[in-house]
Amino acid sequence: MDWTFLALSVVKIIGLVFLVILPMVAYSVWAERRVSAAIQDRVGPNRVGIAGLLQPMADGLKFILKEDFTPDHVRKTYYWMAPALTMIPALLTCAVLPFGSRLFGEKMVIADLDVGPLFVFAIASLSVYGIVLAGWASNSKYPFFGGVRSTSQMISYEIALGLSIVPLLMIFGTLNLGEIVQYQAENGWALLPLWGESLSLKGFLLFIPIFISFIIFMTSIFAETNRLPFDLPECETELVAGYHTEYSSMKFALFFLGEYAAMIIGSGLAVTLFFGGWSLPFGWLAPESIEADVPWWQGLIHIGVFFGKVIAIILFFIWIRWSLPRFRYDQLMRLGWIFFFEIAVINVILTAVILIWVK
Amino acid sequence: MSDEGKPAVEMVDVQIDGEWHSFPKGTRMIEACRIAGKEVPHYCYHPKLSSPGNCRMCLVEMGMPPRTAPGQDPPEKDESGHLPISWMPRPVIACANTVAPNMGIRTESDLTHACRQGVMELLLINHPLDCPICDQAGECRLQEFSVEHGNGDSRFRDNKVKKPKNVDVGPRVRLDDERCIMCSRCIRFTDEIADDPVLGFTERGSYTTLTVHPGQQLANNYSLNTVDICPVGALTSNDFRFQMRVWFLKETNTIDTNCATGANITVYSRQNEIYRITPRQNNEVNSDWMPDSHRLNFHWINSEARLTAPLVRENGSFKEVSWPDAISTTAERLRAYDGGDVAVIVSARMTNEELLMAKRLIALLGTDQVAAVPRAGEADGYLVSADRNPNMNGVKLVLGMDDPAAKLDAIKSGLSGGSVKALIVLQENLIDDAGFTAEELGKADFVLSTYPMANPTADASDVALPGACWAEKSGTMINVTGRLQRLNRAVDGPGLTLEPWEIVRDLIQALGGGNGIYSADDLFKQLVAEYPEFEGFTLSKVGELGVPLIETGETIPLIEREKERIAKGIVVG
Amino acid sequence: MAIVVKRPKLKWWEQLYLPGILKGLGITLRHFFATLRGKTKVTMQYPEEKWNDHLPEHYRGAPALVTDEQDRERCVACQLCEFICPPRAITIKPEEIPSEDKWAKVEKRPREFDIDMIRCIYCGLCEEVCPEQAIFLRKDYSITGTSRAEMVHHKKKLYEIGGQRVGLVNKWNELK
Repeated sequence: MDWTFLALSVVKIIGLVFLVILPMVAYSVWAERRVSAAIQDRVGPNRVGIAGLLQPMADGLKFILKEDFTPDHVRKTYYWMAPALTMIPALLTCAVLPFGSRLFGEKMVIADLDVGPLFVFAIASLSVYGIVLAGWASNSKYPFFGGVRSTSQMISYEIALGLSIVPLLMIFGTLNLGEIVQYQAENGWALLPLWGESLSLKGFLLFIPIFISFIIFMTSIFAETNRLPFDLPECETELVAGYHTEYSSMKFALFFLGEYAAMIIGSGLAVTLFFGGWSLPFGWLAPESIEADVPWWQGLIHIGVFFGKVIAIILFFIWIRWSLPRFRYDQLMRLGWIFFFEIAVINVILTAVILIWVK
Repeated sequence: MSDEGKPAVEMVDVQIDGEWHSFPKGTRMIEACRIAGKEVPHYCYHPKLSSPGNCRMCLVEMGMPPRTAPGQDPPEKDESGHLPISWMPRPVIACANTVAPNMGIRTESDLTHACRQGVMELLLINHPLDCPICDQAGECRLQEFSVEHGNGDSRFRDNKVKKPKNVDVGPRVRLDDERCIMCSRCIRFTDEIADDPVLGFTERGSYTTLTVHPGQQLANNYSLNTVDICPVGALTSNDFRFQMRVWFLKETNTIDTNCATGANITVYSRQNEIYRITPRQNNEVNSDWMPDSHRLNFHWINSEARLTAPLVRENGSFKEVSWPDAISTTAERLRAYDGGDVAVIVSARMTNEELLMAKRLIALLGTDQVAAVPRAGEADGYLVSADRNPNMNGVKLVLGMDDPAAKLDAIKSGLSGGSVKALIVLQENLIDDAGFTAEELGKADFVLSTYPMANPTADASDVALPGACWAEKSGTMINVTGRLQRLNRAVDGPGLTLEPWEIVRDLIQALGGGNGIYSADDLFKQLVAEYPEFEGFTLSKVGELGVPLIETGETIPLIEREKERIAKGIVVG
Repeated sequence: MAIVVKRPKLKWWEQLYLPGILKGLGITLRHFFATLRGKTKVTMQYPEEKWNDHLPEHYRGAPALVTDEQDRERCVACQLCEFICPPRAITIKPEEIPSEDKWAKVEKRPREFDIDMIRCIYCGLCEEVCPEQAIFLRKDYSITGTSRAEMVHHKKKLYEIGGQRVGLVNKWNELK
């Protein structure tokens, strides 16, 4: 057992998950409320701390102090298990995200797997169990509806999600997220092919399938994270609060945090795949190769760049949520199965054709 | 109407608002209109009193066939066989005139409406508009008719006549002379019905004032009936004064249980609290009246002294327990005794249904030591019966006892002598009402008593159970004339109070198994099945006015006098 | 009868929804920046800023009892407000005014007058129905308490809120 590796991993896990992701979850809730307020000409939470910045602490305190109520009619074991099953997969997926290049010679990724995207999808799809269990164990009609809806929704969109990134993987030729980012740092981001190898006919042609991939990927991420316009598992107007209707206190908070954590991881994945991860545009400060070390200040800049991009995508998530109305359920399934699935398949073929025929 | 057997009354045809009706000769016009469904507004007229015709509210247009001059051809009859009507130019009062053949009455013509409007305007000239504080508001004829026939505003610009207000005319009645509209109903009632003519008018015209004669008081036992018949708020009851607005009160038709007459009454309650009791018309029992002493005897129902939970004596002091505990404790204790050791006291305040359950209990225990407590008083020659128990006839009939009180003394001495070891007292207070002493009761091994109130007998009992009082239970009773009448539940008993039949049923079940009785209706069906006297009756057939069940040979004096007055044509009845 | 809603016929680019989505995003973005720049501001910061000065004349706040110029309690306990009150928030127990009282001629007054402010819906029917002009809806709107019992306004509190009201019809003054 390599003790150094273990210690470093623990430091990275604690540093990333508990010092970055969880505070980000808390503050994305705050951002959600403030941004939505601004969009709707309101004020939003502005009482606790300057501009309401301490609001997440107050919320957390409230969640902890509230009565942890378990209704009598629920199936206790599963009812208690469900919130954890939503939260844990959401946090697990961040293991493979490269959130920086290198700091003091150490790769800024918890687990440098060679199957990054596959790992993310595999783990993320586990979170559906949390929701289904919550819906079923609550033993109440609205949660049950919510649980059933989310099952079919998440399973449907996983297919489109998986297929949508196949073209990218074909272009990058690797499943290691770190290498994908390095490739983009050298040869232009997937969505900004303006330097390196991308500056060619092939590069421009490939931009078409990549853009289609991006649309499908983003839409599917919305559906996977149960965000509006695809929040049918918990749509308030129809199902009270959907699968977590019977939950209160910290158990409800776990659902809530899990949802936002999933959103952050989704943003991180989108950044990594389409926006060059931690890299700056036009190859600035890009390391020579995946193995090359970078100065510590450069590493810090890369980490900052990564989270800056993630925050931008989160804001986009929020912006979409407060702009678009919810889909009808049949429209949602139609979009997933009839359009995105087909388009994603055609997109894969299109990419293959371009890769083979255009030199 | 009980007109069978009498010689056939001559019928006359009368046209009311264009339609022909047929009435017995001698019917008052106002009654004819009422039967025809045309309500004629009135203040002074009351069917049980003579008709002075002084309020003029019941003015209607009247017409008769034209009289033919000698030698003139009589007018032709129309296809329905009636003569044409020539209408009189001036209206007549409907309350004091009787119908005649081929008469015409118009109750909705312009003239009658103008008359009513005029009468209302004159009545309201001196009437203080203090409806917000007046107890009569909500059941005031003046209010109702001024809505229907009044002007809406007054043309009177002078000062109203000031008259005495808040006058004590008697211990139970308060008079407000400004509100009085001089209908004289109260004067006629005290004179004709109560035979205590203490009221009268003084002064004249606008200054006419109702008053008690100098040195006298409206103090007779029927004084509160004047409050009932007062069409406005001039006479109000001291007891009900400012207690509750009448529109909040729930009305329950039931019977009075203070004496064997069983006067028909309406209980007015709100939120399980009784606010007042008024007599309900039943021409065979109480006419329109009831005695004050019975009417006001309800305040104890809301009192603090009620038993609210079953009490079981443990180590010398009472402990509140649940009903199942109380019943099982009682059954356990009772099982230890032979039938001969147990005595049962029933109450003539119990309904027939409760008595039937008591009979079942007695049969189950196998005792023959059964008695009921008599309550004798003085008859007053009006409505109050000498028998102050409401259902002694029921005890005699249901328990098959000719003299229900016969064994009372034997039980008493049995208690002292030790032959009665267990005593069951249903709805009675033996110490206060039957001359038992606490020592005598103390000699029994086991005493069970049910009663609405805390009382010395309950104090001397081993188990004291809260049994509902008359206003809290339903059933039937047989009054002094042998009339079967229904008692209806007006309010819920306080706390855990149960109806006595439920208590006895539970006790029977605990002692000897189920009996399939779930409601008082089931009990009445069993009464019908078991007693030939009840054959053919149902609760709905008994209805609100009751039915004659058995012959007792007794009569109610006031009703007999009223029948005479009707026969003489003094009152309508 | 069912109404057939005519669906608009969409062009192919409209069917993509993307233009519509972009348009919607534009609108929300415009509002976002407008609010950030402080151009739209309608929310009132409640405890610091209050409506008190801006309440309209007809504002319906907490109902309260009033006395007249001579400090006579105007209510005569007719219980019409108790009757009309839709949520049954009002409970009145009337009593007779003792003969030694200055206003004994009015005869009746409320012994207890309770308004359950948890139940009250501020509809103003009590004010409308009152024949004595005794109950009015005042401008008090933040009725708070820490228990249900505290939220019941008793007679004393009602007169405290209501205070004295002059210039009303005084029909009892001329009476002897």
